Amino acid sequence: MRIIIVGCGRVGSLLAESLDAAGHEVVILDTATRAFDRLPDSFKGDAVRGDGTDEDVLRRAGAEGADIFLALTEGDNRNVMTAQMAADALGIKRTVAKINDPLRAAAYAELGVATVCRTNLIADALARYLDLPIAVGPGVQAPGFADEPVPGEQPAAPARRGEG
Amino acid sequence: MFVIVVGGGKVGYYLTKELVQSGHEVVLMEKDSLRASQIGDEIGSIVVPHDGCEGRYLAKAGANRADIVAAVTGDDEDNLVICQMAKHHFAVPRTIARVNNPKNEVLFRHLGVDEQISPTRMILGSIEENIPVHELLHLAVVGGGELDLIEAQLREDSPAVGQNASALTLPDGCVLFAVIRNEVPLAIRADTLLQAGDKVLGIGRTECEEELQRVLLGEASPD
Repeated sequence: MRIIIVGCGRVGSLLAESLDAAGHEVVILDTATRAFDRLPDSFKGDAVRGDGTDEDVLRRAGAEGADIFLALTEGDNRNVMTAQMAADALGIKRTVAKINDPLRAAAYAELGVATVCRTNLIADALARYLDLPIAVGPGVQAPGFADEPVPGEQPAAPARRGEG
Repeated sequence: MFVIVVGGGKVGYYLTKELVQSGHEVVLMEKDSLRASQIGDEIGSIVVPHDGCEGRYLAKAGANRADIVAAVTGDDEDNLVICQMAKHHFAVPRTIARVNNPKNEVLFRHLGVDEQISPTRMILGSIEENIPVHELLHLAVVGGGELDLIEAQLREDSPAVGQNASALTLPDGCVLFAVIRNEVPLAIRADTLLQAGDKVLGIGRTECEEELQRVLLGEASPD
């Protein structure tokens, strides 16, 4: 599969390395060349320096018609924008945006954007490890592909938006 | 009217001041607390020192009853999120986004932002008005965002020159309505013959543009 990753941080580079090793065609983008130091010498995919929220840059990197698009920069809003751009303008069916703010992640999941929320994932993992049942929102919310395993059983309803 | 302005940079600051002066109810959201308190000292307690991308703070600012949310920060991605949150979670009737990369205008329109203002596009338009261009010029986006108001300046060799304007074969969903000749606007009538130098004004769906360009100006020359 052809997979586009925006953001070559720890998560982005780890996924790029593993997906490449598994035989997928990987293109990874970052605004800083230094970020690509995280990739191993064995990486056979493309590492493209450029702004992954710029449609022209994404097209030049060959993102159009890719199978999977992962927005994994450190900016929630950048991820939200580029993931929606990938779906709307580049015709990519499976896009995921990393959104670390749980409220925003839930809001965008409602809007139909598949989201992964690090905050919820860590809180959930800790609660499980410590065997302390607490209400944590799901780490992955994927309206587009409902058959995906979703960690965090009950869709806990702690934080109502519009209050606080 | 009740307007929430998000982003306390130069644009947001002056926008807020002007709106207050015109008698509107305004709340300005600025996430940098230092900047927020500076502005607050000057224009009064209408500044919410929080991030307008977050639902809870939009609620605090009164998004539930806002007539307009104007997202004017310097970051396109923030402006998009602000408008989408306002639209989908607070049913704000009119959302306006400042768009720095003009390429993002179309995306923002598709994603439900009501109006996109691109300073880059405006300045570009202003420059292009004064230099000869061989392409259609976008003057404005109208009618819910799917229509463009366009202008084409005819050259000696443009295919439409010498033709009857009302007899041109135009793509569906597109009309020509006026010609500017020697700075004088003329309505297009049954007998309007087009001349070199004419600026032809039309309105049409975005996807008709290529065909319209061909009819009026010929194939775009990649020079």
